[in-house]
Amino acid sequence: MIPILEARGLTKRYGKTQALAGLDLVASPGRVVALLGPNGAGKTTFVRAVATLLRPDAGTLRVDGIDALRNPAKVRQAIGLAGQFAAVEEAMTGRENLEMIGRLFGLSRKDAKAAAVRVLDQIQLTADADRLVRTYSGGMRRRIDLGISLAGTPRLLLLDEPTTGLDPGSRLQLWETIRTLVAAGTDILLTTQYLDEADRLASDIVIIDHGTVIAAGTPAELKTRAGDDMIEVHVRDAGDLPAVCGVLARIGHDPRVNVPARRASVPADDGSARLMEALRALDQEGIAVEDISLRRPTLDEVFLALTGKAPETTGSPGQPASV
Amino acid sequence: MADTSVITLPRDPSRAAVNRGAGLWSSSLLVAGRMVRKFARTPQLIVFTTIQSALFLLMFRFAFGGSIGTGSSLTYVNFMVPGFITSSILWAGMGAATGVAEDIDHGFVDRLRSLPIPRLAVLTGRALADMVLMVWSLATATAFGFIVGFRLTGSVTDALAAFGLCVLFGFAFEWVFILIGLLGGNAQAAQSMGLLVVPLVFLSSAYVPVASMPIGVRQFGEVQPLTPMVDAVRSLAIGPGGQALAAHSTGYYIGLSLVWTAAICVVAGFLAAWRFARR
Repeated sequence: MIPILEARGLTKRYGKTQALAGLDLVASPGRVVALLGPNGAGKTTFVRAVATLLRPDAGTLRVDGIDALRNPAKVRQAIGLAGQFAAVEEAMTGRENLEMIGRLFGLSRKDAKAAAVRVLDQIQLTADADRLVRTYSGGMRRRIDLGISLAGTPRLLLLDEPTTGLDPGSRLQLWETIRTLVAAGTDILLTTQYLDEADRLASDIVIIDHGTVIAAGTPAELKTRAGDDMIEVHVRDAGDLPAVCGVLARIGHDPRVNVPARRASVPADDGSARLMEALRALDQEGIAVEDISLRRPTLDEVFLALTGKAPETTGSPGQPASV
Repeated sequence: MADTSVITLPRDPSRAAVNRGAGLWSSSLLVAGRMVRKFARTPQLIVFTTIQSALFLLMFRFAFGGSIGTGSSLTYVNFMVPGFITSSILWAGMGAATGVAEDIDHGFVDRLRSLPIPRLAVLTGRALADMVLMVWSLATATAFGFIVGFRLTGSVTDALAAFGLCVLFGFAFEWVFILIGLLGGNAQAAQSMGLLVVPLVFLSSAYVPVASMPIGVRQFGEVQPLTPMVDAVRSLAIGPGGQALAAHSTGYYIGLSLVWTAAICVVAGFLAAWRFARR
């Protein structure tokens, strides 16, 4: 089977910044691949290289078997791109935007109209199809942006941080839309700074930092390596933290302490049982606990578990990443 | 999140189809169609450019005009209105520079560049749309000219030829503004760079006879491209009566202005295409 995406030793340098430092990535068709990493990891650079918007300095890149460096025009026949910025014409309606891009994809006027109807239904915007995009909410813009890339029939859909800057409600809705596309059989490469997003949408997660792949696998594999769920204890008095650490060390490996936040956390293999255990032990020690919770590891913690070091720049939500 | 982990599904048969993409001409038209719609649906754009143009005309016609001599028997309004109309192509063109920069900044250009269309269509579509807008602003400028008292003393055919020349000049300058937009990177930078048109307009024969300018400025006024363009349009608009007052024949001005038009078009067009491909 021809990989939908095959990158070998891809490098790209901007002045002193090494955006891609020999990136290797192979994705099979029928999969959703999430490229996960902090701001400046090289995610956007990679997507732009796949979209033939920039030319790598070295390495090879094949999209659906087509050499992206030798034959970029052919690659553009196979891809759809939805960016971080909703690049949609605001002075046109959702439907007009879809029909325009459909025709640019090479559809006849009639087919473009039909494609617009199909996509509007897929992205659940039929009711608002004939309103100008400038009246849309942030979430609706992202959905129309996503839909536009589907006006043709791309083999590979590139989604660069599809939900960055969206409120939680709109994020959930966009995830739902992306899942529908996945169910319809579109291969997707998406980039994200959020572990939960990669977890929800992708069949394969590729973690990158400093322009190279540092880990790859299914969400389940990576979570196992990252130590599953985290038990986090928030104490009233920072002086209790050493004692809390003592308790947590019996529950899992390597408890981490954040003194200013008065928190200590530890990965736990069997979350809920361990939580009870921790609670009982803390009670016995007579430590005043503000809050204790069981949560999924954050991107930082996955990084720490996989590489032994924290990412140097951690993206903050709502801030578009640039590479 | 067990519900999402299993995503191996039968492939959609329609995926076998390839997006061939639109050709150069139809994609240019589609890109242009978007621009024209954007302009038509953004009333503040139309209103502001129209008001700006009207203010200019009123200031020169009624505030400064009285103290500017035409160096001939020509009335100032008949001298100035052809200059006003010709130079309006430059003010209209500034919008193209900011528009191009904005499209790059907001990712619209990237979206188009990721589509299976000839990349040149992004620029030719823009140029095409701006020609439509240019004709519109030339028509408004002409109407204003007549309102403030301009009277055609040449033939109607010549006047139409003058209008056609303005459109041609506008097309050439359009590529300069596209280039500025490509170099600018963002709308503000492009707009500041676009202000280069100010010396071009005022140090030309558009509002003031070049001969009346101090030495140094005058040389610039004489050699720069807008001057022969204005002179050609003026010469056609005021007819034989005015031509007798000019230093050269109408044909000379038209010829020179067309040489400039071709040169600007080729150089700026080539640089814009080169710069765009290098992005």
